[in-house]
Amino acid sequence: MTTDTRTRIHQIIAEQAMIDVSDVSDDAVPADLGIDSMGVVEAIFAIEEAFDIQVPFNANAPDKTAFDLSSVGSIVAAVERLVAEQRG
Amino acid sequence: MRRVVITGAGTVNALGRDVPATLAAMRGGVCGIGPLDIRDVDRLAIRIGAQVRDYDESAHFNRQQIALFDRYTQFAVLAAREALAQSGLEVSGDLAARAGVILGTSGGGLNTQDENYRAVYEEGKNRVHPFVVPKLMNNAAAAHLSMEYDLRGPSFTVATACASSNHAIGQAFQFVRAGLADVMVTGGSEAMLCFGGVKAWEGLRVMSRDTCRPFCATRSGMVQGEGAGIFVLESYDHARRRGADILAEVAGMAMTSDAADIVMPSRQGAERAMSGALRDARLNPEDIGYINAHGTGTAANDKTESAAVAHVFGTHADRLAMSSTKSMHGHCIGATGAIELLACIMALRDGVIAPTANWQEPDPECALDIVPNVARDAKVTAVLSNAFAFGGMNAVLALKSV
Repeated sequence: MTTDTRTRIHQIIAEQAMIDVSDVSDDAVPADLGIDSMGVVEAIFAIEEAFDIQVPFNANAPDKTAFDLSSVGSIVAAVERLVAEQRG
Repeated sequence: MRRVVITGAGTVNALGRDVPATLAAMRGGVCGIGPLDIRDVDRLAIRIGAQVRDYDESAHFNRQQIALFDRYTQFAVLAAREALAQSGLEVSGDLAARAGVILGTSGGGLNTQDENYRAVYEEGKNRVHPFVVPKLMNNAAAAHLSMEYDLRGPSFTVATACASSNHAIGQAFQFVRAGLADVMVTGGSEAMLCFGGVKAWEGLRVMSRDTCRPFCATRSGMVQGEGAGIFVLESYDHARRRGADILAEVAGMAMTSDAADIVMPSRQGAERAMSGALRDARLNPEDIGYINAHGTGTAANDKTESAAVAHVFGTHADRLAMSSTKSMHGHCIGATGAIELLACIMALRDGVIAPTANWQEPDPECALDIVPNVARDAKVTAVLSNAFAFGGMNAVLALKSV
């Protein structure tokens, strides 16, 4: 599960940043990969679609969300938690 | 160049079905935001809006009109009735050819689109009403005003998202000022509060689920509204000759483009629009007593707009009042500038500055006098009305008392 989730998120981030998936690592910061605020919103949409979950995120206060976007690894962890919570 | 004045105003919005009711609500700091009453609201994540509630179209229009008037056209027609009645103008004969209508809208007949997409895609119907096209088209409202009031001069619709009304009013102003027309009906209309209209905004993740709190540290985003604001503009001489009651003078305007980002506003674009409007109106920054802010309640707008005002007005920024009435009537998108112009006229004519409602605590990045929660009496002789749209398209109007 973890590997699949991580792989899929790495693919989503790579596609959003228009880079090769091999250049995405868990310690990478989305902004450093070239993902701006619009890119974050689009990536979250892709994650919601891929995992059939609802991600709590308001673009007005990206720092206040419970969804930790500080690194690719934190996104993987947050998605795993949401999948566990929302799919039971 | 000719002086241009406003001699009639009309509106329909969540705060009221006419101008007196709307201004009374603004004076009282009333918030028109509440639970949305629309089809399939349970499938929306955003379930609030500043809706024109308990609206019965059959109370205002007959069957034939309803077949042709989308909700946004209905709002425009109702607001125009009030504006034309107040102006006392009877357009006919030679004047008809010198009169036109320029309206702003963003979604046009979006309810009609939504209903008919639903019919063919969801319900599998293979036939739609024959008037779907003339009902949904973005120039329908302007067309019906032209027909209703015999406006035979230049008429068209402007679509610049959230700045549509200001672009429309600015264009109508320039037509009268330059002598292309003697009378222009102008403003904007929007009815986007339907399932598809809200769902699309939801996707952008900038919408609030609680309420609209512009310039407030606890802001959580924008809230959609709906309605129309319609005005009668005419040359000063024309208005004087016929003894019309002049509500305000449109003194100047400026349009700028950020040429930068499709959604993120630029401080420079906003600054150039405000300083351009001042220049066009031959006003000094110190002349401005009130700014009706774009003030959407999003972090991106409120911080950028506050910084732009501080930069354009310098030390005077601390002395002028600036409020966002979107906190009360919601963000009426293509109609918002027109509805907000009512607050500008109220400041000039009645000496009352509409507040920024729902405000809780200061945001250090919006450190201006934003008239929190309570309306204020003030002597104001010149005002600005800001509109900064997605697409980086900005339009600022400058009004003076006469």
